[in-house]
Amino acid sequence: MDVLYGIPIIGLFVQFVAYIVQIGPNIAPIMLAISVPLAFGALCGIMNERSGVVNIGIEGMMLMSAFFGFVAAGFAAGSVDFDTSGPFGVTPPILLGVAVAVGVAVLLSLLHAWLSITIRTDQIISGTIINIAALGLTGYLNRIFISPNPRLGAGTFQTWRPPDWLTDLPAVGWVFNMFLKQGPIAMSLIVFVIVVQVLLFRSRWGLRTRAVGEHPRAADTLGISVLALRYRNVILGGVFAGLAGAFLTLEQTGSFQNGMTAGRGFIALACVIFGRWTPIGAFGAALLFAGADAFGRTVGLIPPTGELAGLGEVLGAVPDQFYGVLPYVITIIVLAGAVGRSVPPAAVGRPYVKEGQET
Amino acid sequence: MRPREWLRSAMAAATVPVLAVVLGLVAGAAVMVISNSLSTGVTDVGLPLRAYGSLLAGSLSGLDEVVRTVSEATPLILAGLSVGIGFKAGLFNIGANGQFLMGALAAAGAGAAVSGWSPLLAIPAALGAGMLAGAAYGFIPGALKAWTGAHEVVTTIMLNFIAAALIAFLVTGPLATAGASFARTGDVGNAALPLIIGRPGGTGHLGILLAVVAVPLAYLLLFRSVLGFEMRTVGANPSAALYAGMRPARLIILTMALSGLLAGTAGAGQVLGISHSISASYSTSVGFDAITIALLGRSHPIGIFFSALLFGLMRAGSALMQIRERVPVEIIDVIQAVILLFLAADIIVRTVFRIRAPGSGVAEELETVTRTYGGAA
Repeated sequence: MDVLYGIPIIGLFVQFVAYIVQIGPNIAPIMLAISVPLAFGALCGIMNERSGVVNIGIEGMMLMSAFFGFVAAGFAAGSVDFDTSGPFGVTPPILLGVAVAVGVAVLLSLLHAWLSITIRTDQIISGTIINIAALGLTGYLNRIFISPNPRLGAGTFQTWRPPDWLTDLPAVGWVFNMFLKQGPIAMSLIVFVIVVQVLLFRSRWGLRTRAVGEHPRAADTLGISVLALRYRNVILGGVFAGLAGAFLTLEQTGSFQNGMTAGRGFIALACVIFGRWTPIGAFGAALLFAGADAFGRTVGLIPPTGELAGLGEVLGAVPDQFYGVLPYVITIIVLAGAVGRSVPPAAVGRPYVKEGQET
Repeated sequence: MRPREWLRSAMAAATVPVLAVVLGLVAGAAVMVISNSLSTGVTDVGLPLRAYGSLLAGSLSGLDEVVRTVSEATPLILAGLSVGIGFKAGLFNIGANGQFLMGALAAAGAGAAVSGWSPLLAIPAALGAGMLAGAAYGFIPGALKAWTGAHEVVTTIMLNFIAAALIAFLVTGPLATAGASFARTGDVGNAALPLIIGRPGGTGHLGILLAVVAVPLAYLLLFRSVLGFEMRTVGANPSAALYAGMRPARLIILTMALSGLLAGTAGAGQVLGISHSISASYSTSVGFDAITIALLGRSHPIGIFFSALLFGLMRAGSALMQIRERVPVEIIDVIQAVILLFLAADIIVRTVFRIRAPGSGVAEELETVTRTYGGAA
């Protein structure tokens, strides 16, 4: 290997690959965890866009769910004493928090559906309203409810510890580690991705959804209620946005900060496009973003040393902030490269008006 | 158009926005009362009146307060025009924040470098650097959209985060001034914009004039120039523009660069006129206010001017409101969101106030924005 590492430039690349292989198994569970809000956000985007509705308000929905889930769980934990906790560290307050988070996102989705489907407001404006309202309202309520109660919080779900014999398996052990050393919301993600993928392409609902997103008039002619289906899908999408928000405060961090979604709702939209509007594709894209993110966080903690010192020098010379913006830069690159090559549902962004009911 | 007709059409255009603001204030009052009673257990119906009273006291009660209102409105006018011009051309610039930050960063960096020059040279140099940086930062999403189809709604948001990181990097590293207790750029010295009104050490800087001048300029550009006509045509109907021999790709890039230039000017003005340096965590919410302002002003420069003054007033008075009545300044953001909601769903406003007259939707130009979302022009 030393010979390979010594080649200029190409050697660095080989070192890079070796470094990824070296740290890969360790950062795989972190990577999956980082991908969870992105992938749930992308599922929300797919539910919306497949039926012809643009939803750029996912960011705001996540933020509101993260906030209200956290506050609900926190106040529940503060007012009643629960010392029983089930598997995953499940406590009633945390469950309540998740329910509230999902409920809030569903309400916001209902607003988005009403604005963009019923009264046919511009869909991007509708999403922007949700984003701005979320930033403002959570900032305001944070000051009123969280700031005076610094001890507020109900803790988080615990990650499961898979048995050692499973994770120690040669070659594939780290995969088990990646998917199983997780909390319940992260684990549910994989189930949801597969279920939505199968339903979207193998069920009556999926066929109707795709028809409504591609050619609503034709679907209408066949007796499918375009508006009702869009409503249902936008609201179901809200459930996923709510889980994404709940994950941030009730599984990953256990605290709330203003603007903590940090653009994840928008990166999720890039995942939708990059994944060609399929759940599995979008999950793959989310893993790519999460991989870049996890890599950036790891370089500072476990820099390449020893044989890989050459690479360590190069990576060490790159400022920290660069690694921090990797997901954003990749989002732009992916969008610039993928748009046009992946074809969106034809009716995306267009409100549907029944023939003869145009105003 | 005769003055009387003009006035009538202006009033018709302003009806829904004004009523949306009224409803926004009412909803803000409701949020204050409810959240206050939830957190303290006391239902205080007089709170909103006192809060809005101190908001006005903090923004209009004397010359100092009025100067603060106007200087708060200054970046909002420029950024509002930035977003509004985008809307007219069918582009949604959510990146005014990032362009503002790049303008601020470039003005701070250039200003510190030329701080020893004569003001006559230093000010144009620093201001110009900020404007160019903003324009360049607007050019990027414009070119991405024109050449690759990447939608500006996502790319500009990403660029906002990148701008913040770039500031953190440059201000802690290459641009950091020696001997400061925290990471910040050097003072802009002679590049500082001179005060033109109000007390010494206040915020009544020359940049205010810049914003005021930008309003008629934007009007002339949009409604009295060939370029403006082409921009509006592309916004209304890109394929018609293409058939008429206009070049949508070029117009998209030009509009975004111009939009970035305006937002960059806003950032440069803030730094050169008020803060005179920036810290590593320098941030802003101007870009988001600007979206509301542009919609509230119906993307018309004059409408944007008055909307920006309203938001400048709220921003200027909110500090006193928080001190006196303990209502967090973030209530302004809540009110802003409600105003946006009522603007978009003007059917609510029309129902509440029983307006029968037909009106055009506030967000009409935006149809193009959403249509191009999937990547097809």
